[in-house]
Amino acid sequence: MNGANILFYLLAAMILGSGLLAVTTRQLFRAAIYLLFSLIGMAGMYFWLQYEFIAAVQVVVYVGGITVLIIFSIFLTQQAGEKMLVKKTGQQIFAAIAAFCGFALVMIQIVQNNFTATKNLSLSPSVTNIGNQMLGVDKGGYALPFEVVSILLLAALIGSIVIALRTPTQTS
Amino acid sequence: MEPGLYHLLFISAALFFIGVYGFLTRRNLIAMLMSIELILNSVNLNFIAFNKYVWADKLDGLFFTIFVIAIAAAEAAVAIAIIINLTKNFQSIDVEETEEMKY
Repeated sequence: MNGANILFYLLAAMILGSGLLAVTTRQLFRAAIYLLFSLIGMAGMYFWLQYEFIAAVQVVVYVGGITVLIIFSIFLTQQAGEKMLVKKTGQQIFAAIAAFCGFALVMIQIVQNNFTATKNLSLSPSVTNIGNQMLGVDKGGYALPFEVVSILLLAALIGSIVIALRTPTQTS
Repeated sequence: MEPGLYHLLFISAALFFIGVYGFLTRRNLIAMLMSIELILNSVNLNFIAFNKYVWADKLDGLFFTIFVIAIAAAEAAVAIAIIINLTKNFQSIDVEETEEMKY
């Protein structure tokens, strides 16, 4: 048991523990903070896998962007200190059984499958390689999806402004 | 035990179904959005794990992760715009109280 393995299990416990708390706690703001810790643990897991660029993107977009957006919208929409209403106990038990059965099914499939790693020379996920392939227009390049995603982001930006600016009198 | 592909797939599957459980049990729209973020994160971890341990000669899993992150950001922005609009119209974001489109 060396240091890297201990770090892996600590990160796994952080991701799963705070993820579980984020979906079970009754207070919405605490759920957002637990979600933040789960996302930070995920960024740490990307660092552990030596995908530094993805880890940096995770920290910038999820931890710095989406979580702040969620906390901001909690402040805009919730009363402070109010506990969330819960669903009926029967529905909760059914959801837990459904989630557990799905998890068991997926894990059975994973354990039975034998994944064979490729024999080819590995390509390092460095920023140079990522950038060359991301904007490449030859075979295997991702220039077209890159442009499509940029159009999608622009459409989402304009769309969210239009939706959020609509006044209640127009809709009712 | 040396952590490998199966450990990462276990974490990813567990996080996915934690997200599914949260999505099924929450009544608050923001909490449901958080569950969706957990699900998308587990998918990202899956892509990265397969890229590292099975197809290390390509970067395709990494690109899928980048695009999933971009689309998740767009989705969160639109969802929060809808939530803010819903608060203006109904003064509540509980999914069982906003049932204007139900019938």
